[in-house]
Amino acid sequence: MKFDKAKRAASLDLATDRDVARARTVVGRIMKEQDAKVLMQTRFVTAVSEIARNAVRHGGGGTMEVYLLPGGRIGVECRDEGPGIADVEAALTDGFSTINSMGRGLGGAKRLSELFIIETMPNEGTTIRMTSRLRGGR
Amino acid sequence: MAETTLANVLDVLKAESNEILTDWIEQAGEDGAKRSDLFSEREERDQAKSLLNAFRKGVKDGLKDGDFDLADDHWSDLRGVLSEITHERVERGVRPEEMAALILALKSPIIERIKERLADNPDQLVQEILLLSQAIDRFAVYTSEVFIAEREAVIERQREEMMELSTPVVELWDKVLTLPLIGTLDSLRAQEVMESLLEAIVQYQAEVCIIDITGVRTVDTQVAQHLLRTAAAVRLMGAHCIISGISPKIAQTMVQLGVDVGEVSTRSSIRSALTDALTRVGVAILPVEKVERTDK
Repeated sequence: MKFDKAKRAASLDLATDRDVARARTVVGRIMKEQDAKVLMQTRFVTAVSEIARNAVRHGGGGTMEVYLLPGGRIGVECRDEGPGIADVEAALTDGFSTINSMGRGLGGAKRLSELFIIETMPNEGTTIRMTSRLRGGR
Repeated sequence: MAETTLANVLDVLKAESNEILTDWIEQAGEDGAKRSDLFSEREERDQAKSLLNAFRKGVKDGLKDGDFDLADDHWSDLRGVLSEITHERVERGVRPEEMAALILALKSPIIERIKERLADNPDQLVQEILLLSQAIDRFAVYTSEVFIAEREAVIERQREEMMELSTPVVELWDKVLTLPLIGTLDSLRAQEVMESLLEAIVQYQAEVCIIDITGVRTVDTQVAQHLLRTAAAVRLMGAHCIISGISPKIAQTMVQLGVDVGEVSTRSSIRSALTDALTRVGVAILPVEKVERTDK
């Protein structure tokens, strides 16, 4: 899944906690403009918050692009050039954390989104793409 | 004292300082850098005069061999005057580009004068003009730096003020506290929230604390963790903590995230949290008539 043909709605830098807050605000605003259901907004904005924070905390900062996809969906691509995720399976397991946090962010983001794809390479970075419907359904 | 390569500039600054001052202000007026709406004629002239004096002092004390560095000691007076004037003008609403234009307008009156003096020494003329321009450009940039620094200071101050504002602990009833949270709960704010709440528990000898998150838009794992940790700390202090204002959409999202609130009490509204809290401290809210009947 790539967002090649989708319409890009926003592009953000992720460096600090404040950028994470901004990512939430921007994605929330875009979904609102698209008349998304409030529940979908809350769910997806929360997922965005998790992966954006991961990029800042683990990936040493990164970028986030927001896309409007055909079929009433929104997509987010979050990219960092950090150390990569050594064991994706473990990282997705609830309670797994390398920094004494809750360890539910990645798995939670996956559950809160529709499609959720992780590409990661040791020492090269991590790219996460995820989508959500704007209305109805799951 | 170091020999200055701006000998002629220094000369004209000494000999014709009043004329240069007048020309400068006139030039600034032409360039649209004069703000007679904000400053009186007299104020403009005083500011320009102190700048010119500091500039002359800097030139005199050692602008040599083309190495110009505004950070040098002999420019400290000018730096001081520049920041002071920038500060004053910015405060009255002068835009940064107007401030820079004012400084840049000093070039032509000086250049005009040394041109006459050095008519038969073009090499020296070019050298002095180059160095003078370099110096004055740098002053102009410096005023912008001052301007930006002031803006940043204002932003930082407002941020801190907001931080203070955003953690008000309110005593609702004897031994009952509430803390309404609004906006984002990042790590820094979470720390503030925890501190002010724990202090208030001691101060009011509180038994129940209600943390209301109606105004928090997103509860992700970090926010949840901060809330649960705060609740745990409240419990360690011997008080009971209720988290209220959990909307249906936040509740669903938290379940999907896999957040377990454990033994922490949660309520959907601050109203039900209040009823609960009052019960815990042995108080109830009753209609007046009912209370009067009890009296009899």
